[in-house]
Order: sequence, then structure tokens, then C-alpha cells
Amino acid sequence: MSRDSPLGLPGLPRDSEGPVFKEPWEAKAFAMALRLHERGVFTWNEWAEALAHEIGTARARGDADLGDTYYEHWLRTLEGMVARKGAASGDELDRYQHAWAQAAERTPHGSPIELRPADLTEPTVP
Amino acid sequence: MRALETVLTQKGYVDPAALDVLIETYQTKIGPRNGARVVARAWCDAEFRRRLLDDATAAIASLGFQGRQGEHMVAVENTAELHNMVVCTLCSCYPWPVLGLPPTWYKSAPYRARVVKDPRGVLKDFGVTLPEAVRIRVWDSTAEVRYLVLPQRPAATEHLTETELADLVTRDSMIGTGLARAP
Repeated sequence: MSRDSPLGLPGLPRDSEGPVFKEPWEAKAFAMALRLHERGVFTWNEWAEALAHEIGTARARGDADLGDTYYEHWLRTLEGMVARKGAASGDELDRYQHAWAQAAERTPHGSPIELRPADLTEPTVP
Repeated sequence: MRALETVLTQKGYVDPAALDVLIETYQTKIGPRNGARVVARAWCDAEFRRRLLDDATAAIASLGFQGRQGEHMVAVENTAELHNMVVCTLCSCYPWPVLGLPPTWYKSAPYRARVVKDPRGVLKDFGVTLPEAVRIRVWDSTAEVRYLVLPQRPAATEHLTETELADLVTRDSMIGTGLARAP
């Protein structure tokens, strides 16, 4: 998937009919949104509206919005949506984010990173 | 990302194994080939073509392809006088059941903005030049309505089977940024 555009149009990314996800987390974020929708957490209309809003916000922040940051917008939309729908609050996400960061820190390079209960209970670094 | 997955998994909203199945399905099983089969069928079967243009959701479902978002499908037919192109100006709604997931350029602001203002210019960038007399119509997708372009059948393909014809149908030809390949 090349970002050098053979088109006369600067910045319009093109690809062959290649893979649709750049990195595994993109696929995860995609699938999670689908599952939550299927479970009735939100309607697809709500999703499209929230995503469009997120993309607009990102552009206002200066994101060139060339399609390569699409799943970043998607993930941010998902985080906002689960918080709004009460599936997972911002605090909970922060707690787990911190826990994962801590787990990554204590895990030697090359080993799989696993979350332990202690990662969650230890107080946040001031 | 991992935090989100952990929280949602623990609360029972998602199941990591089910997510993997979903990803696998979208990466390898659903893709532009579904759409190509729809197009090839429409080229070979006038009755199916009529049903596709009348009620694309039902016609496409009859081949076993169905959306997960309950989206309504509309097929728009290219002719010698009219060329159709599809965009989603707001986000990137896309006919997943038939085309899989959208390419990067479809999700990019330059495409989303320019195809509306200068569709002929965008086509040229994709290497397609249409006669001036051909009108271009651009369809803006929504969460509820997704479009599939039914490209023109290439000339001199009367002898080809439906499977061979499907091989001529590119993803871009079903978005309208390309034409079906010549055999």
C-alpha cells in the first residue's frame, strides 16, 4: 500500500486491492465496533454520525485526513461511544491503560505482556 | 486499545475469539469478489439485473451476501451516456457485504472532497477518461444507503462464462473510479 500517489492529486493515497488494515489494532478496533453495534449498544446511524464528527474534529486539529489515520478516528469514536453508552467509562479506560503500561514496563523485552491484578491495584504514579 | 479491549471483554461486551473470527471474515472472506459475482450475474442474467436495479438489497441477499448494519443497498448502472461514482463525504460508509472494507484513498479527504467538485478530474487521476458527452453522477453514501456501481460489460465478452466475467470486475469499477477490465 503505497502512499506515494501516482495521481496528479497530491495526497490522495492509492493502493492495489491489498490488505485493508495496516496494523492488527486497526482490525481489533474495527471488530469491536461491529460487535458492540450487533449487541445493540448503539445504532449504525449513531456510529456514522459520531465517526463523521470525530473526523471533522481531527481535521480541525490539523489532521490531513488522508485515510491513513482513519482507524485512529475510529478508535477515538469507539472510546467516546462506549463512555457515552456506559459500556466503559473514561476512568476505567484510564485505569486499564495505566495497568497495561505498567505491565509493559515490568515485562522483559521479547516476552508476552500480561496483565496481573497487581497492575490494576497499584496506585497511579503521581 | 488494549485497555478498551480488556474492559469490554471483562464486562462481557466482546469476546476476543469472536473478534478474531470477525476480523478473519472481513479480511479474507468478504471482499470485492462478492461484488464482482453480483455484477457478473447481472451481465449474464437480464432478470437478475432487473431485480438488482429494482431492489439491490434483496437481489444481493439472494446470492448470500448480507449486511450486518442493516444497510439498504442501491445499484446504479453505468451506460454509454451515464457514469456513476460513489463517495461518502462525511465518513466512509461503504458497501461492505459486496466490496469488503474500503481502500485508503476512499477514506481520504482529498477523494471525498474532490469527487464531488471535480469527478472528471478524479477519474483522470485514476487513469480513466470518459467522452465529454458522458454525464457523471456522484452518489453520497450514508449509514443507511450504500451504493454499488454496475459497470458496463466490456466489449467482445459474449463468449465468456459468468466466472470469467467476474474476473474482469475490479473493485474500482464498482466504486466508479474505474471501468471493468477488457478480457
